[in-house]
Amino acid sequence: MDWQLVLPAVWFVVWGVLWGVYFVLDGYDLGIAMWVPLLGASSEKERGTMHHVTGPFWDGNEVWLITAGGVTFAAFPLAYAVLFSSLYSPLMILLFCLILRGVCSELRFQWDNITYRWVCDGLIALTSLLAALLLGVAFSNLFRGLPLEFDQAKGFYMFQGNILNLLHPYCLLGGIVFVLMFLVHGALYLGWRVIGDLKDKALYMAKFTWPVFMGLFLIYVILTFTFAGLYKNYLASPLLLALPLLCAILFILSGLELYKKTNMARSLLYSCGGIFTLTMTGVIGMYPNVIPSRLAESGNVTILNAASSTPTLTIMLVVALIFVPIVIIYQIWAHRKLAVTINADY
Amino acid sequence: MDPIILSRLQFAVATIVHFFYVPLTIGLSFYIAIMETRYVKTGDEKFKRQAQFWGRIFLINFVLGVVTGIALEFQFGTNWALYSKFVGDIFGSLLAIEATLAFFLESTFIGIWAFGWNRVSKKVHLASIWLVAFAGTISALWILLANGFMQHPVGYKLVDGVAKLASFTDVLTNIYGWSMYAHTVFGAFLLTGFLVMGVSAWHLFVGRDVEFFSTSFRLGSCFALCFSILLVISGHHLGQVTAEHQESKFAAMEAVWETQTEAPMHLLKFPHFTSEEGNVVEALAIPGFLSFMAGNDTATTVIGMKDIRPEDRPPVWPIFYSFRLMVGLGFLFLAVAVGTFFVRGMVTSLGWGLWVYILIIPLPYIALQLGWLVTEIGRQPWVVFGLMRTADAGSPPVDWYQILLTLLAMIGVYGAITVTGFTLMIKSALNGPRNQQEHYA
Repeated sequence: MDWQLVLPAVWFVVWGVLWGVYFVLDGYDLGIAMWVPLLGASSEKERGTMHHVTGPFWDGNEVWLITAGGVTFAAFPLAYAVLFSSLYSPLMILLFCLILRGVCSELRFQWDNITYRWVCDGLIALTSLLAALLLGVAFSNLFRGLPLEFDQAKGFYMFQGNILNLLHPYCLLGGIVFVLMFLVHGALYLGWRVIGDLKDKALYMAKFTWPVFMGLFLIYVILTFTFAGLYKNYLASPLLLALPLLCAILFILSGLELYKKTNMARSLLYSCGGIFTLTMTGVIGMYPNVIPSRLAESGNVTILNAASSTPTLTIMLVVALIFVPIVIIYQIWAHRKLAVTINADY
Repeated sequence: MDPIILSRLQFAVATIVHFFYVPLTIGLSFYIAIMETRYVKTGDEKFKRQAQFWGRIFLINFVLGVVTGIALEFQFGTNWALYSKFVGDIFGSLLAIEATLAFFLESTFIGIWAFGWNRVSKKVHLASIWLVAFAGTISALWILLANGFMQHPVGYKLVDGVAKLASFTDVLTNIYGWSMYAHTVFGAFLLTGFLVMGVSAWHLFVGRDVEFFSTSFRLGSCFALCFSILLVISGHHLGQVTAEHQESKFAAMEAVWETQTEAPMHLLKFPHFTSEEGNVVEALAIPGFLSFMAGNDTATTVIGMKDIRPEDRPPVWPIFYSFRLMVGLGFLFLAVAVGTFFVRGMVTSLGWGLWVYILIIPLPYIALQLGWLVTEIGRQPWVVFGLMRTADAGSPPVDWYQILLTLLAMIGVYGAITVTGFTLMIKSALNGPRNQQEHYA
């Protein structure tokens, strides 16, 4: 095997893994933030508790997104350039959402004033909702393919169309599925971390949201066959089908744990697996394109035409192989230390 | 409207606001780590109160630095797509390594530190803030090595019009990056020293928590003294590196028009405010001193702006005035820091003299921003010095009105969070350690 061809493929998988971990981790932050105004409507203390649950972790979780972005830049510079410039407006909105979410999450604690805290909580919920929606829409657009054409004169992949093209019903549904997925995930995480009234509410909400999520998810999967070319790789090598199958099993197990045994921790664990395998299913389906074009073959940004040089990819791989496991170890350690059960009723 | 100009404005807003938070994050984390070390060693609660009081300001500042930093990573791709495509192989990998090595560490352990006072052992808690502090400086190193590549590209080869990595060692040992790193980090510590002294001076002036703030003032003045000296030395080094590798920037910094050896340093000099060549005023010359500053030898040749091709010249006056003002402020800081050393025993009795420290708080912020203006305007018209022009670095698919709208949105959002953030920081600072509530009540 040729190292020069293997490396980009390895980095493509690493890229997918980074996104997967990001969705698993920040997914619960975003989900809980969306629940705050609903579950904590009557009690400032409960809203505070809910922010305490994610308080120590959201920043560390968000770094997975920064790293996924950084790796896109470093491993596939052309893909980074094309993707970020093509999706200029949605990504800018996502950026402002992430900024406001972060600032408000920290600053809400710094002033003990009921109106101020409501404004912060409202902004956090709204920006989290929008961020989840945008991420879902963006990834669905990737699955569907962007309207890209290579422009010889400009020497660049040009986005043909406008922002409305990105809001195709299939992509909007993808956004909604993401929101619901994070809502379930967040409710499970919250239920795992708290006891008392809040736990009951979280459990109720998880049970309420799960079937809605699964229903729309099923429709989304069916529509994916119609609107996106993701299935081609799976038909070409059926062994890969194990991945989407595993994803389906994990989400169903998550539901079973939730309904039959009311075991939030187990259900959450399966939900993590479900989200991760879902991301990987999408990413593997796109291979070898980092950004598929739905207009022309020549508009595809592939791992080969976008990849960085072999020395760069090799050096980064060494860094990643050493440090990503270390990061995972100390983040797990941080969770074990700080993810204590909080009693909101005390 | 020109999308490049708009993108430059947008990036300027994003970086300038980001850099209001970065220096304090770098410096104050060490201050807190030192105080907490004293707490763990002596068991004296007053040092714990030090860590907590300054920690609260630190956390507000930290989060603003984090969120405004994300914007920069986005903008390379959104607004500077051709640049990203051109340098991704080198510049992108430095950013990715920064995130993996430093940013994860910083963001995870700040969570432990902020929420872990009662949940982890004293030693683990102490280790957390030290890790945050070291991660901050490591992060700065990678970022400045990336910036160093824009100033003085090394270790690359051009393949199909794209800069590809030729020697990672060269990229990592880029003298420009390291010189900027020293100067920037020293500046961060200086700013922290003056901020701590200033806030402490306010409390000493009103006579509250005198013992507490005498302790802060003392450590703050140590920071200020050490780093105002180191800043002069590192500044001198950076000036020489600039003279060697970026002749056009050096000529603009000093408003030198004619190439000369034994170039004099004019203490009084005013270039034209327009693009006109030459200076309006040149007086109080120190013979040969500019050549000496450029190369430690009066025989050093200083290239004049007239020998730089017009299309390769940066604008002279903003660079010249920013540079002069920064240097002037640098020596003011040195003077104040040295003066403080001589009155160190009688700080509490300085009375109205304490206002010097209160009023000086904004000046290091201004000086650091001016330094970056010199660095980045001085790099123009290049985005990667000598390799790629800023005019060729934009995003072809993005229309000017998209950039204008996001620029306006950014001004709004950044304005709001900056006002809120600084208000809360000032509130915490004035509140003092006595009314310290539980951090996340």
